[in-house]
Amino acid sequence: MKKHIYLLAAFLGLGVGMSQAQVQKGSVLIKNATVLTVTKGNLESSDVLVQNGIITQIGKNLTAPAGVNAIDATGKYVMPGIIDAHSHVGLDVVNEASAPITSEIRMKDVVNPQDLGIYRALAGGVTVSHAMHGSANLVGGQNATLKHRWGSEDPADIIMQEAPRTIKFALGENPTRVHGRGNGIQPRSRMGVEAVIRNGFNEAIQYKKGWEKYNLAKAQKGNTVTPPAYSERLQTLADILDGKIIIHCHSYRADEIYMLINVIKDFNIKKVVFQHTNEGFKVAPEIAEYTMGASVFADWWAYKMEVYYSTAYNAAILQKNGAITSINSDSAELIRHLYHEAGKTQRYGGLTDEEALAMITLNPAKQLGIEDKVGSIEVGKQADLVIFEGHPLSSYAVPQMTFVDGVKYFDRKADKEDQRQFVAATEMVEPIFLRANEEAHRCMQDVDKYFEAFQGAFMNGKQ
Amino acid sequence: MKRILKSFCAALLALLPVVAVAQIDGEFVKPRNGKFLLKNATVVTVTKGTLKNTSVLLENGKISQVGTTLSSEGAEVIDCTGMFIYPGIIDGGTRLGLVEVSSVPETVDYADVGNVTPNMQALTTVNPNSEAIGVTRVSGVTTVLTVPSGGLFPGTAALINLNGYTPDQMYGGFKAVAMTFPSSGRRGRFDRRSDEDIKKDGEKAMKEANDIWENAKSYLELKKSGAELTYYPEMEQLSKVITGELSLLIEVNSASDILNAIKWVEGKNIKVIFTGVAEGWRVAEQIAKAKIPVVTGPIQDLPTRGSDRYDTPYANAGILAKAGVKVALRTDEEENVRNLPFHAAFAAAYGLGKEEALKAVTINPAEIFGVADQYGSVEAGKRANLIVSTGDPFETRSQIHHVFIDGYRIPMSNRHIRLYQEFLERSPGLKTN
Repeated sequence: MKKHIYLLAAFLGLGVGMSQAQVQKGSVLIKNATVLTVTKGNLESSDVLVQNGIITQIGKNLTAPAGVNAIDATGKYVMPGIIDAHSHVGLDVVNEASAPITSEIRMKDVVNPQDLGIYRALAGGVTVSHAMHGSANLVGGQNATLKHRWGSEDPADIIMQEAPRTIKFALGENPTRVHGRGNGIQPRSRMGVEAVIRNGFNEAIQYKKGWEKYNLAKAQKGNTVTPPAYSERLQTLADILDGKIIIHCHSYRADEIYMLINVIKDFNIKKVVFQHTNEGFKVAPEIAEYTMGASVFADWWAYKMEVYYSTAYNAAILQKNGAITSINSDSAELIRHLYHEAGKTQRYGGLTDEEALAMITLNPAKQLGIEDKVGSIEVGKQADLVIFEGHPLSSYAVPQMTFVDGVKYFDRKADKEDQRQFVAATEMVEPIFLRANEEAHRCMQDVDKYFEAFQGAFMNGKQ
Repeated sequence: MKRILKSFCAALLALLPVVAVAQIDGEFVKPRNGKFLLKNATVVTVTKGTLKNTSVLLENGKISQVGTTLSSEGAEVIDCTGMFIYPGIIDGGTRLGLVEVSSVPETVDYADVGNVTPNMQALTTVNPNSEAIGVTRVSGVTTVLTVPSGGLFPGTAALINLNGYTPDQMYGGFKAVAMTFPSSGRRGRFDRRSDEDIKKDGEKAMKEANDIWENAKSYLELKKSGAELTYYPEMEQLSKVITGELSLLIEVNSASDILNAIKWVEGKNIKVIFTGVAEGWRVAEQIAKAKIPVVTGPIQDLPTRGSDRYDTPYANAGILAKAGVKVALRTDEEENVRNLPFHAAFAAAYGLGKEEALKAVTINPAEIFGVADQYGSVEAGKRANLIVSTGDPFETRSQIHHVFIDGYRIPMSNRHIRLYQEFLERSPGLKTN
């Protein structure tokens, strides 16, 4: 019997070992590049040594340890892997639109490591993406932070397990359309949005109190208390109140952004990042003071009413007001050229190279709570790196190679063209997706029925 | 003179959104006509090479001279030392002016009810005061084709300049009937028809297209023979394509559809332009052989098939050009037509090359639309549509300092810039009162 247990333990151990071994760590020496560290300036003709997935040395004339492959990057640029703080790539479904608050939902349950979008993102230098719930609900699901380890079949392999928990909130047109106008329940207006969120947090406080009371009573000798009903939904809201989860809040108008800032102040919540935030520039001082900043589009506007009064100078205004600012994609198309989107902050507001690059590396890393691990080229950080032909902020830049944990997952010159991991046996003729951009934006995926009267925006795929 | 000076100063301030602070209260800077000498620039003519230390004189809405020793007599001199002059950039396919807010149907005017409505005029519905026009033109895009879409023959597209108070003032001298070529492909994820239904729908649409074409031919023959005809506005408009008075813009994207469209056009002896052409790279040789010019884009787009190389939409224009196709670019956008120069940069980087990419947004669309005598290069005699920038306008780090359209000096302002000026340093700031 004992022997059997040993055997079982050995087997289990092997199983764990194998599942960890799936997350490959690589070693590589990138030689003679212009290294854009983001945090420590630009280093000309410098080398970056990666060992076992971690950056171990940055300097000149480094030599490759035995068995470590050296890549000549003369004339090329190396930058940290690009981080997209708002994406739906790698998800099978996006919206659980069945109630205004669905905090119990976890996007980790619907991660699809074979989504071709992951490879296409890698081809644009993106190594980490924040796979978010959609914007149908005031409180949507808990998001998954992904590392783009392309080729894996196990969802667990591409989830950045060490990243903190984050959750999607959404304000404005989308949740009021789905719930108020679609289902005839609150919220139908921005007043309702505030009320329902406050109701949720207050309910969570009552829920917490119930459990605290129970736990105290339970400690008493001879007690006969029974536990309150467990609710994953309320427990998650309680975890937000306890600072265990970062809120990422889909928002557009200044009034609703300001509203949520007042709400979080009242509930003593510190960890909030605003997403999209098209009118964030109007309340930039408040965003800078009370939140973890804003993650914005470089130039999207006018596709719906709540983004009509926006400006492409949004990112620059937020940045110059001291808000942590990132540029995101929310799109399987845009995610492929975030370096170019970041460059637009130079056209619209004259940001420096370092400010612009931080918007797609260090700043989104801060907003996802992973800035100690990724987001810059520094010794000790995870080796997520991109080699570019041309400066990444040039419109002519072409990503050449992308590394995650020191492993090369994209090589422009060496990769095979067809990167599909999975072809359905029933697929006789490969489908052709014309106007694919229209489907690249998936914030409102799975709730298309609510958009029948809004064909304009829906057909353009922008939400 | 004082007043001119005053408005000149105000205009100068408006040109520099980054430093502009002292604007006269309530003053609105308008586009302004006049005689302008753009002095001592590097002139990228597109058709006649790049000329250093060269000046350009604009008067009466035209480029009157390009040279090194031009007289400044009577002209407002704009020192362009260290700067670059390019021709105004042309977008070969947009919905600019036809839609204000895409999700608000009341503001969406590019598609009407009906499958055959070639008589619907895009120019009619162009809103000269659309916010998107002001937002677009400061990027250096001065001229766009604005195109209706929807049914088989959704309407008539028009070339417009991004300055003017009426559609007629904006009209750029080219119209073309739009056609959506019957598609044998799936429209996308939300297209849930069966393969069989798609095929059937395609065949049905093709038959309808042929029937309509025959009707238009009959209409024309009857008209020529002097027959009394009742009012057929659709046929009247299509007959102009048959006679060659108007070009036909055929929106076609998948490879098999492109081949079908080439066949369909054969022998019709009409002026045809293919638009979209997303899978053109698969059949580039055939398009070149058919000598059909192409307006392709958006360049920043996803591949049409999962098995495609990730960069096919970036590379498409380059492959077409190398095969010998005359290529112009488009954004197929409404509010973000301003990104055309960046689309062009992507096409350049992935095979088209910088020089050809510049042509693809200047002289090529001008030639394809038959207006190269007026547009597409910096040459004496052409319309004064040009831009002055600190560098390559395709680079995001370059700033566009001046834009001229039809000889009008365009104020470098729009709502995006005004919001920047107001909110960069908001007052009051964080204080509640």
